[in-house]
Amino acid sequence: MTRTSRLSRSARLALAPLFIAASLTGAARAEDSSDPITIPIHNWSSQIVMSHAIGQIFESMGNSVEYVSTDSQAVYEAIRLGDASLEVEVWEGAFGASFNAAVEKGGIHEAGNHNAVTREDWWYPLWTKEACPGLPDWEALNACAAVFATPETGEKGRFLGGPVDWLKHDAEKVDALAMNFTVVNAGSAAALWAELAAAEKDKTPIVIFNWTPNFAEAVWPGEFVEFPKWEAGCDTDPAVGLYPDKVYDCGNPADGYLKIAAWDGMPEKWPAAYAVLQKVSFTNPQIAEMAKLVDVDGMEPEDAASAWLEANEAVWKPWLE
Amino acid sequence: MSMVDRIDLTPPSPRLNAPILMLGLAALLILGRAWLPEGLPAGLMRLPEALVVPFADWINAAFAFLRDDLGLMEVTRAFAAMLEWLLDVTANILYGKNRWPRLGPLPWSVVAISMAALGWWLGGWRLAVLAGGTFVWIAVMGQWQWAMETLSVIVVAAPFSVFAGLILGIAAWRWKGVQRILNPILNVAQSLPHFAYMIPVVVFIGVGPKAGAIVTIIFSVPPMIRMTELGLRKVPEEVVEAGRMGGATPWQLLTRVRLPTARGDILIGVNQVIMQCLAMVVLASFIGMPGLGQKLLQLLQALKIGLSVEIGITIVLIAVVLDRLSRAWAKRQPLHHALGLSWARRHPVLLIWAVAVVLAFALSQLFPLLAQVPRREALSIAAPVDMLVDWLIRLVDPVTTWLRWFLITWVLIPLRDAILWLPFSAVLIAVAAAGWAVGGWRSALVMLGFIGAIALSGWWDRAMITVYMVGFSVFLAALIGFPLGIWAAGSETRANRMLLICDSLQTFPSFIYLIPVVMLFGVNDVAVVMAVVTFAAVPLVRYTIEGLRGVAPELIEAAHMSGTTRRQMLWHVQLPMAAPVMLVGVNQSVMFSLFMVIIAAFIGTQDLGQELQRALSVSDVGKGLVLGLAVAFMGLAVDHLLRQMSERMRQGGGA
Repeated sequence: MTRTSRLSRSARLALAPLFIAASLTGAARAEDSSDPITIPIHNWSSQIVMSHAIGQIFESMGNSVEYVSTDSQAVYEAIRLGDASLEVEVWEGAFGASFNAAVEKGGIHEAGNHNAVTREDWWYPLWTKEACPGLPDWEALNACAAVFATPETGEKGRFLGGPVDWLKHDAEKVDALAMNFTVVNAGSAAALWAELAAAEKDKTPIVIFNWTPNFAEAVWPGEFVEFPKWEAGCDTDPAVGLYPDKVYDCGNPADGYLKIAAWDGMPEKWPAAYAVLQKVSFTNPQIAEMAKLVDVDGMEPEDAASAWLEANEAVWKPWLE
Repeated sequence: MSMVDRIDLTPPSPRLNAPILMLGLAALLILGRAWLPEGLPAGLMRLPEALVVPFADWINAAFAFLRDDLGLMEVTRAFAAMLEWLLDVTANILYGKNRWPRLGPLPWSVVAISMAALGWWLGGWRLAVLAGGTFVWIAVMGQWQWAMETLSVIVVAAPFSVFAGLILGIAAWRWKGVQRILNPILNVAQSLPHFAYMIPVVVFIGVGPKAGAIVTIIFSVPPMIRMTELGLRKVPEEVVEAGRMGGATPWQLLTRVRLPTARGDILIGVNQVIMQCLAMVVLASFIGMPGLGQKLLQLLQALKIGLSVEIGITIVLIAVVLDRLSRAWAKRQPLHHALGLSWARRHPVLLIWAVAVVLAFALSQLFPLLAQVPRREALSIAAPVDMLVDWLIRLVDPVTTWLRWFLITWVLIPLRDAILWLPFSAVLIAVAAAGWAVGGWRSALVMLGFIGAIALSGWWDRAMITVYMVGFSVFLAALIGFPLGIWAAGSETRANRMLLICDSLQTFPSFIYLIPVVMLFGVNDVAVVMAVVTFAAVPLVRYTIEGLRGVAPELIEAAHMSGTTRRQMLWHVQLPMAAPVMLVGVNQSVMFSLFMVIIAAFIGTQDLGQELQRALSVSDVGKGLVLGLAVAFMGLAVDHLLRQMSERMRQGGGA
């Protein structure tokens, strides 16, 4: 909230010439409303930094911006009702369902699509390879399932999945591929990282749910497990995929979308800001960099956004034209 | 009135027969499950699908009607808009949000001086140091912005709660009907998990600081209502009579006589409101409350334990300061100055405060560091804390690895399987039998009503997993809490220190425990149980200390005279006398465990909490409320049982 207004002062100074140019062009077109643009932020850093980066661009155009922290699934309902104005990271795998449901109800639409691709699947840190050298092949993983056994899963290997409300179909996948694994769901991303950090201390082999782009890549190098390739319909049509009579007999899409969603009222209320938003597009390395500034370098998200904008003017300045 | 007799020779009461019969029936069902070749009929094992009542659908239909057809949403949104205006004002003053009146932000030095002055005025120099020091800590740790964001919501929510609680409390005291309606609502509200009522708030109010303020108000208002009502009821008739004789109107009687007389209780209510507000800081950030809680969750998400501990300390410090300030205010008696003193002599603190504030304003213009400490220049204890946590984890790791294996293989999995194996009919009958044993057929019906409703909701298996985790956690907590409490009660200083630890543990945001616990035990039920035990032991320790301290000294004296050993003294005099209070501790411990088990969904559980978390993420009001009520009913059932027991003990002892 005002963390930004404090920062925006420095941001505005840095961007002063632009500010004038933007407000001139803005004046030529329809005026943006003086009401604040409400940007929702969630609990992972790349999204927060990106929200602040886009918010600071809006502020440089003379708009006022407010940030509100919300649940990452409930946010689509909030946008639909106009309580929040946009969402900068709509992950296909994690939020595709909520987003589509909200689109069907009306009030929210896709405003843009990032260059970045997202991937969410079974993943292991590199030290795991020592215990199970055949990785990243899924059959090799299955062959050394015993390495991943824990007291609560008995003989079977443990796969530590994300929270159930991320709606991953890991249990179905284990079933379809007849894997010797049991899915245990962590209750939050924090619990996943805590397990990973604990495993790192004595290099315990571990296979968890992970995704990219993500700060964890910078902290714990690792790889995704290679399942049979995803084909459209693998999740609904038994014929598609490895086995003719199973659904989910494949990995998750390796190139999921990362979209930008906006409230239907936004183009009318803030036409200039909306026009910029449509052009916004980040790549995987850019997003990973934003996350790294916070999670590894320990900057505050607002400062990280300002720093990123300052270092990457070539990327975002063309969006304003 | 021999104490020993009462303990060892409980006279057989005639109504014990019914519970024994019922227990027999339950045992029969269990034996049938075990030994009948084809097992029990399915209808006795679990409630048949056809009988499950679609409560969630009904609630959703009712909410849809309220929202869309009655247009209640317009009303709630209008109310929220008003609240938002207030929040914007405090947000502007405290941290400079760009809203009317556009005066803020206040420099941190001014706020710290003001808090110190308030502390001085209410409780002398110690309180001044505590209050001022806390705000200096916040500033130099670079948390000013976040803390002010949090406080900007609390300074609106807390007075709102106090005001609403006062009015509702007076209404409940004045009109029997209001009390009859309010009482069960308050009971449920105080045992409903927070997530359950956060969902309707998201639907009706939206997200953001206003939603955070509203859940905080909802959560903190019940104790205020309770204390106001209690206080008014305790006002002696003579005082009121005196007021009447003085010719006071009913309004004057209320505002000038009854309320001032009930001041002590009402101020305890205020104190409770403040504590509850701070307890909500982290949870409310799930629906958009800004500030410390939000930051804490972000930091934990990136596994920054040290930095989250810093925030946790700040929350505890703020809680302690506000607690001490409000207590001091409650105890404070009006001061009567000698006639003829000058204004300055009568208000020395006010004068010093005014001078210091002006000075701080001026200095903070010259030295920006006195207005705001940027994060970059802030101090941090994160690195040593991280090292300490890391060292601790490495140190106890060998033990925990074994403990994890042992508990999971030999205790938790067998226990969970056993409780899920039980036929629901046997559980219901056994629960009713317990009710009958302590409170006759009425209690049996109450217990059956609570637990039966859970069966009807169709969440039986999930509820049983919650029961097993809470049950085992409270058992472990009792193994730790009772001995610790007894030990601490041995000396006054030890007791006070232990109570301080209890206070801190209670206000320290529980989310922070979850991470080290996962690092030690992994994502499984052991981690959940350990997190819950940490929390559930607190009330056991506290009430054991309070109970033992409350034993009449004459009794102890008398026992001494008759030559009891220390052991006899403890087992035959002190513990029996303290038992009713200790039962209250058990009751609280169960409540705390239920709350914590739900929060432990963030570790990863398969109980009601996990479903509740899922309901929150899709804003499913009906499902959320049904699950929440299932948890609340468990709490209320235990509460009923323990209250009846404690009542019987008191009557037995007081005779």
